[in-house]
Formats: sequence, C-alpha cells, structure tokens
Amino acid sequence: MNNLSAFDIIGPVMIGPSSSHTAGAVRIGNLAKEIVDNQLKEVKIYFHGSFKETYQGHGTDKAIIGGLLGLKTDDSKIKESFKLAKAEGFSFEFFPADLDDVHPNTMKLEIIDQDEIETTIVASSIGGGNIIVSELNGTEVKLKGEYYTLITFHSDKPGLIAKISEILQIYNLNIAEMEVLRKEKGSQATAIINLDQKVEKHILKLLSDIPGINNIKLVKPLV
Amino acid sequence: MEDFKTIAELIAIAEKNSSSLAQVVINREKALTDKSEKEIRNKMAESLKVMRQSIKKGLTEDISSMSGLTGGDAQKVEKARKAGKSIAGDLFSKIIANTLAVSELNAAMGKIVACPTAGSCGILPGSLTTIAAEHDCSEKQIIDALFVASGFGIVIAKQASVSGAAGGCQAECGSASSMTAAAITYLLGGTKAQVASAAAIALKNLLGLVCDPVAGLVEVPCIKRNTIGSSNALTAAEMALAGVESVIPVDEVIVAMKKIGDALPSSLKETSQAGLAATPTANKIKEDLLKNL
Repeated sequence: MNNLSAFDIIGPVMIGPSSSHTAGAVRIGNLAKEIVDNQLKEVKIYFHGSFKETYQGHGTDKAIIGGLLGLKTDDSKIKESFKLAKAEGFSFEFFPADLDDVHPNTMKLEIIDQDEIETTIVASSIGGGNIIVSELNGTEVKLKGEYYTLITFHSDKPGLIAKISEILQIYNLNIAEMEVLRKEKGSQATAIINLDQKVEKHILKLLSDIPGINNIKLVKPLV
Repeated sequence: MEDFKTIAELIAIAEKNSSSLAQVVINREKALTDKSEKEIRNKMAESLKVMRQSIKKGLTEDISSMSGLTGGDAQKVEKARKAGKSIAGDLFSKIIANTLAVSELNAAMGKIVACPTAGSCGILPGSLTTIAAEHDCSEKQIIDALFVASGFGIVIAKQASVSGAAGGCQAECGSASSMTAAAITYLLGGTKAQVASAAAIALKNLLGLVCDPVAGLVEVPCIKRNTIGSSNALTAAEMALAGVESVIPVDEVIVAMKKIGDALPSSLKETSQAGLAATPTANKIKEDLLKNL
C-alpha cells in the first residue's frame, strides 16, 4: 500500500452504494464487453454468494448491465441501464446460483453476441472496485483489466510460445506477465500474455497467422 | 519522494521544509504521479464539485434506495432546521442534513466521492463544505483541507485499514471522522499539533465500532452512522482548536484501531452475521428482500 494516492483516499468518484457490489460489477461488465468485442444480443447472469443475496439492494444488476453497455463507474446513467439495454436491443436475465468454491462476490455471464457467438465468463469483485475474470469459455484465466492482454487458444506443441515471443520482441512489446495453461498434454492450450505496451492490429494479425494458433484475442485495459 | 508512514513523519517533513501539511501531501502526489501541482489541485477541485453536487441532490431530489429501506431523512432534518427547530444550533443541523444527503444518495445509486469509502462518504463533504461556507473560506483553503484529510487517510490505510471487512466500522466511519476532524481544524487555522490532536480525539471516540449492516446493504445503520462521524468530527475539532490535547498521540491511536479491528470477530466485520444485522427486525427485512428474488 506504499503507493497509495491521495485520490485513493478521497475518491474514486463513483455511483453508490458499494465499491465491491456496484463499482466492481460495472468493471466486470466493462471487461466482459471488451472480451466479447461485438454488439451483444443476449446475456444470462448468474449471481453467486454475497452477490446472490444482495444484488438488488446494491444495484449490482443495474451495474453489470451498465458495464456491459460500456458505462463507466461514475456514470449516473447506470441507474437507468435496463432501459438503455432494451433500447440497444439486447436482452438480459438474472439467476441466483451456486458456483462451487469461488470468491463470495462472483458472477457467471453467458453472453451471445449478434453473430451468435457464445462467450462464458466467470468473474469476481475482489474489493475496492478491483475485479478478476477467473474463467473464460471454460478455461481458467486471470484477467484484471490492468494490461493489454493477449489470449491465445492454440495446439499444445513445442516452439509455438517461442514464435509468439519472437514477434513481440520484434515490435518491442514487453511481457509483464505470462501464463500458459492446458487441460492435458498435447491438447488445446491457452496462453495469457500481459503486455506493458499497446498492441496494434497488424501485430495481432501476424500472431494469429502463426501455425497452430486457432484463435487469438486482444483485451484492452480498463481505464 | 518525501513519503510519510506516520502522522509524526508528515508533521516532521512539513516543519523541516517550513511548508503546510497540505503541501507535503501535494508534493508526495506530484512525485508519485509525475503530474503538475495544478493538475493535482484541479483533480481535487473536481472531487469537491461532485461532493457539493451530491449534497444538493440529496437535499432536493426524491431519494429512495434500491431496497426501499432508506431515503428522505436528510430532507426531514433540513425542513426542521428551516423551521427553526434546531436543538444544537443551525450549523449543526445543516451538517447533519448535508451528511445524510450524501449517504442517502449513495444508497440510491447516486454519484458520490468515496472518502475513504462509499459507506462513509457523507462525513467529509457533509461537515467540511458546510463549515467552510459558514466561515467564508476560499476554494484553495477547502482544497488544501481536503489534501490534509487525504494525508491522514493515507496514514490510516497504511498503518491500519479503511475497510469495514478488515477493521469494522471504526475503520470506515471512524477513519472518515478522524480525517474530517483534521481537515476542519486545519481549515480553521489550527496548529499542526492541534490538527493531529483533533484526528486522534475523533478516532478514539469511535474505536471499537462494529460493521453490522442489515441484509448486507450499505444502508442500516451505515447512513445514520455517518452523522455520528460528522458530529464527532465537529466535537473533536472544537476541542482541539480550544487547546484540548489528546493524551494518546494520533499514531498510537491508529495502531490501537488496527489491533482492535484484528481482535473483532469476523461476524462483526461486514458479514452481517451479528450485531444489528442479527436482530429480529433485520432478519425480517432480509427475508422480505429475498422473497423478491
């Protein structure tokens, strides 16, 4: 806590009533929108734990929809987010749920975009408005919205990660954190690469052209 | 960067450089963020603007929380004040009304400045802006006082906590009250020692305060506890400015707050398992809210 700013104490400016249940939910919505990166059509939201018990009283439901619409944590329009979502033509539904052994403030989002592509996200609000996406389409991830993050879905074979880092090196992109995950040896694997610098579209294209990469996503940091 | 971990260090830096407490906090922020003093001051001015807007909204608009449990109390107090029914004086009633206004707006999904948290967001704006208006203080003076409040909050967050889940309500409303007492004393020309005493007295008076929100919501008793934070800050500043000293120095009070927070059972730290949250009425409220799911 040594780098605590004067504005961490007097601030942030936010829509109440709770940094974890309201501001955190907005940020989960913002990051989910960033991950999907397409017009939303249908969203199912499953509230777990403390979210399940207090989501209406804390406005967590309005906050997550506001976040999915791209509203920021200090936008007074969050209170009217249901109306705004309907105007944008996306439908939403809330369900109480038990999501096993997860943080008390956790929700699962099942999102269908206008191209009928489905994205499933599990995310938690971990205090003070900070969040973490812990699961993306069934794969364990760790996304906090702090970095430019590359998420690859690739075949688990030797040399592939080396090719990715080679391209990143050419364009002087520094890897802040990296994690490679897979279900079993030789199967589909996922790499989460957090970068200190912005990734341009043409670099993303170069990376997606690497043989063995089935899909690659770029997630921008939350402001 | 000239950083401070304790209030004693904050005061020592100010004395060494012959500068104000506010300037030490601003200089630290400059070093931390690479921003100019002007940018940093402007950002605080922006927060002050939101604070004033939140008071105005809370006093004039129809406020009702999402749960329907709270709202409208600020306007009741303001109405009584305007009718000349104040018991402890007009300024005191104004502070109570303004504090309630911000806290009620927070519960109703309005825009507020967390200071230090959303749950305790009524205390600093409700007290400081009201006293500043009464004393015709300049914008620069108020913004300086906000930086002093922030400096005290930074020390509390470093040495103890400003989270109800970690330290109980003493860490939220207690910290906010302590920061506010320091800010008021500074604003009205108190010495550095008086500012520190005000912060110490305010925090001492709220030590042990538990966090027991009904149905887990930032409403009952949180909103009314903001008013005890404000009245307590006012009381502490009044004493400190009159020359009353805190026997226990503020840094030791902060450490005591941390230890008390650690000793509190988790049932009284924002989990809604005990205290007011476990009363028959609270259980009934919780049941009714769950029925609507």
